[in-house]
Amino acid sequence: MDSPSQPSPPPPAAAAEGGPAADGQAAELPRLTVTQVEQMKVEAKVGEIYRVLFGNAPNANSLMLELWREQHVEYLTRGLKHLGPSFHVLDANRPWLCYWIIHALALLDEIPDDVEDDIVDFLSRCQDKDGGYGGGPGQLPHLATTYAAVNTLVTIGSERALSSVNRDNLYKFMLRMKDTSGAFRMHDGGEIDVRASYTAISVASLVNILDGELAKGVGNYITRCQTYEGGIAGEPYAEAHGGYTFCGLATMILLNEVDKLDLASLIGWVAFRQGVECGFQGRTNKLVDGCYSFWQGAALALTQKLMTVVDEQLKSSYSSKRPPGDDACGTSSSTEAAYYAKFGFDFIEKSNQIGPLFHNIALQQYILLCAQVLDGGLRDKPGKNRDHYHSCYCLSGLSVSQYSAMVDSDACPLPQHVLGPYSNLLEPIHPLYNVVLDKYHTAYEFFSS
Amino acid sequence: MAPSSTSSEGASDEWLPPSRRPELADVVPVTQDDGPHPVVAIAYRDEFREVMDYFRALYFAGERSVRALHLTAEVIDLNPGNYTVWHFRRLVLEALDADLREEMDFVDRIAECNPKNYQIWHHKRWLAEKLGPDIANKEHEFTRKILSMDAKNYHAWSHRQWVLQALGGWETELQYCNQLLEEDVFNNSAWNQRYLVITSSPLLGGLAAMRDSEVDYTVGAILANPQNESPWRYLKGLYKGENNLLMADERISDVCLKVLKHDSTCVFALSLLLDLLQIGLQPSDELKGTIEAIKNSDPEADEAVDADLATAICSILQRCDPLRINYWSWYRTTISSQT
Repeated sequence: MDSPSQPSPPPPAAAAEGGPAADGQAAELPRLTVTQVEQMKVEAKVGEIYRVLFGNAPNANSLMLELWREQHVEYLTRGLKHLGPSFHVLDANRPWLCYWIIHALALLDEIPDDVEDDIVDFLSRCQDKDGGYGGGPGQLPHLATTYAAVNTLVTIGSERALSSVNRDNLYKFMLRMKDTSGAFRMHDGGEIDVRASYTAISVASLVNILDGELAKGVGNYITRCQTYEGGIAGEPYAEAHGGYTFCGLATMILLNEVDKLDLASLIGWVAFRQGVECGFQGRTNKLVDGCYSFWQGAALALTQKLMTVVDEQLKSSYSSKRPPGDDACGTSSSTEAAYYAKFGFDFIEKSNQIGPLFHNIALQQYILLCAQVLDGGLRDKPGKNRDHYHSCYCLSGLSVSQYSAMVDSDACPLPQHVLGPYSNLLEPIHPLYNVVLDKYHTAYEFFSS
Repeated sequence: MAPSSTSSEGASDEWLPPSRRPELADVVPVTQDDGPHPVVAIAYRDEFREVMDYFRALYFAGERSVRALHLTAEVIDLNPGNYTVWHFRRLVLEALDADLREEMDFVDRIAECNPKNYQIWHHKRWLAEKLGPDIANKEHEFTRKILSMDAKNYHAWSHRQWVLQALGGWETELQYCNQLLEEDVFNNSAWNQRYLVITSSPLLGGLAAMRDSEVDYTVGAILANPQNESPWRYLKGLYKGENNLLMADERISDVCLKVLKHDSTCVFALSLLLDLLQIGLQPSDELKGTIEAIKNSDPEADEAVDADLATAICSILQRCDPLRINYWSWYRTTISSQT
């Protein structure tokens, strides 16, 4: 099995045998539902991979568990320069391509310095004259591509990059995107959902333009999106979903309104999304997907610093009928920007009050063995193709799981917290924004002065 | 008029580049301003590049004309994720006072090939809002069709929920949930939809009126498939914010005990029992006996006497749910700190 210094992930037998009606499956096949059949196919594929791992000699394991840095860097760097004709479907997402690639490279500590200025120049062409960033030059500004562009610039981190953001216009753009309910819409006339609120609040916080005007009503909207399952949905009444759960939770922390969420039920829901494959699924009874290593993994990592709030909520819910979310009537009294300036910063300075709430080693096992592609890049699950989105979020999730056992956000993990060779260790991130931590600090200083 | 410019959806075999179309002869194409050293540069095919160049020209000029409408259809066909084009198309539709039912047919055809696209569904919502309650049933038919191909399509469900709440059509919705759950009781999206119907349908009287029969339905689903997490979560959801009622309903602890009789390590049953104890359930002798028996059946269980029943269940879960060992260890600490 593993070297003695590493706690072993749950036995792969679970993945190999598990699943509903796994025994006698031939006889029962006709009665299996679509969900069961799809789940069994994935478990079989993952089980096959894990059986190889557990049949190996320990030294071979270490090879198998290696993060293929060089291959990933090559795949990512190539994409930064050139993308084939089939990428035309992402023509309205080019700042996202920049972010997925640059952030992944930053996690690997391999940002090529020869393209930094070109990226800044390109993103300036995506910046609208009235604020915000579009999906490409001349496109309508959009909150999601604004998030991608600003996170990219923060990750580059040069004076030129950071000063290229027109904050005054950005603020005006965001105000224009605010609906009467307080929630944000993605673009002029665009859809309203939790993603829009997260990207707006994350960017506003990061470049220090968040104030009461922008914050007003957002917390109540997100509270309404927490479902009976415990996770957060894209809009009220929709299904609890990993991506929106991260977005909603991070937003509430940045607004200092996280106590409006029912945190214990949120934690319970996310913890149950890690499955026998060792990775996370996005929704109940859906298939595992490497990108949720970040969305779900980081959501749980955030809660490691929220235990004081959780304890208070538990106390009040056990002593009375009132559910935690119900005292959500008060809107924040302070409307000053100074009030909001430090929530993102203070949060990362806080220590983790408990260890990880998910299986951090098992998650690394899924990412390293099931999500890595030999030619570079990472993917959703075995049998799927790599892409830049999954490369970004699998690596972000890997970083989160490597650091989640430490008390302080920037503390160096112990060897037993890093599955595989210690050289697998990635850069730590600021989990509220998903940018590399030291890049965050540079930007924080830049934008607070 | 050239066949290609009438719409994007047909006649692509006779595609004529915009530069050779008489109706666009006066338009000066605008190339993309990518700068001298572009990054994430896409090697566009000539067709894509040219259509985009002509689109940009009309978009920047703000030309709200029939030919602009046709060109947006072509761009959408090439890249339905281009939200700028959709936005511009809405402006043109409004300016031309276009037939929005026809537009709905157009977007439906695109949606069938691209069912997981934010822009398409947003466009449908915009149209449905303008068309009003008359369109509700047609929309429900359409989402039903999309969901018959992928019963968990998030966009389709969101659209369906919005149409129900804004335009109506609740009459057969519970029946539809039943049907989907009969087909695949593991479909959590259908359970989620059921929750919306039970809590919000103006025809059913709300959660309080429906709770009793829903508990029976859900208990049945659990007993048929105890490893199906969806009904377990739904069952708890039926008592959201009503801890006292949850505790008082004996069917809840009964279903846990029934399941544990056949599968003593069913995590969902143990977990729900734990929740019940946490909110103050006084354990019956049967419950105590069941937990004690499960605990003793494991030869590796530590000898130490657990402080209370909840802690004992945590110990069991820590062993039988190793993937969540961290979670259960934490849960255990919340018990001791609350009591």
